[in-house]
Amino acid sequence: MPTPLYLAAAVAVSTAITWGLRALPFAVLGPLRRSSVTRFLALQMPTGIMLILALYTLRDLRPTPWTAMVPTAVALAAAVGLHLKTRNAVISVLGATALHVLLSTFWHAG
Amino acid sequence: MRTRDFTAAAADTASVGLSLFPLGVSFGVLMVHAGLDWWWATVFTAVIYAGSLEFLLVGLVATVTPLGQIAATALLVNLRHVFYALSFPLRQVRPAGRVYATFALTDEAYALTAGGRARDWSGARILWMQVLCQAYWVGGATAGALAGALVPVTLHGLEFALTALFVVLTIDAWRDLRDLPTPLLAAGSFAAAALLMPGSLLPVAMALFTASLLIRYALRHRRPAPAVPQPASEPVVCGSGLER
Repeated sequence: MPTPLYLAAAVAVSTAITWGLRALPFAVLGPLRRSSVTRFLALQMPTGIMLILALYTLRDLRPTPWTAMVPTAVALAAAVGLHLKTRNAVISVLGATALHVLLSTFWHAG
Repeated sequence: MRTRDFTAAAADTASVGLSLFPLGVSFGVLMVHAGLDWWWATVFTAVIYAGSLEFLLVGLVATVTPLGQIAATALLVNLRHVFYALSFPLRQVRPAGRVYATFALTDEAYALTAGGRARDWSGARILWMQVLCQAYWVGGATAGALAGALVPVTLHGLEFALTALFVVLTIDAWRDLRDLPTPLLAAGSFAAAALLMPGSLLPVAMALFTASLLIRYALRHRRPAPAVPQPASEPVVCGSGLER
């Protein structure tokens, strides 16, 4: 069982590293912001980074047995479909998540 | 003025909040199920404030993993934040606020300001946006941990909120440009990283993706040149001055 001291140390280490990674690049990259390469990257990166993060959240998905993938596949299709149709992120996120909760609860039970 | 910034930030964060809150709930439940006191969920989300790392930490701290390994995990999982400095509008925030603005520069804060969307936002609006994002996350985690401590029922599948959020953000970011090669390069980078270095999937995928974009940039900027012989190339200086 982790002690409070250990947990506090783990939090401190994680915080220091995370904050460092978020703050220090501004000092290094600041002067580069005006270059045309940087502007090209800043323009092109969001789509790709968001896609990589979306794929990353699905990294534990395994194709065997295929039935285990059904809730995720259906919810994924719902998220894409809802968002292309409504353009409303609230509806897309809530709808797809609710569908996933329902499917994972009853799919496992059934 | 203050109220207007807050109202704007509340509207900016509505969709993100609807995925951050349920996600926080599932994190809180997970913390309690791992045997930690409920208030550690509040401490983790308020102090570390890095969602995907926190989810990984639950398993690591429950088994008292050495701090060195926790540091390495934090470094690898959050290395992607290095790239956010390229476009996050930190200059619009006054110096005192930059401490918090960099601390709270999460994937969601980056996504909400990406693509030049925040170019005319005030510093206060950017900070409120970040404060609200963190409030949804900490509030959800605390509520989830308290509920998990009281009611021994698990809700399966809540974690899909994060996937749904990133899918929605991908579609929104794609709509700004409607450019196909970039998402293909991203998917290819992810597949390559998953095959080559599954242990540090996220930073490797992002590094490969950045490298492929740089190659694409180099190819695109070579194309119009070949007809005229160029003098020895000088460092590229962009003097348009239109960007801000």
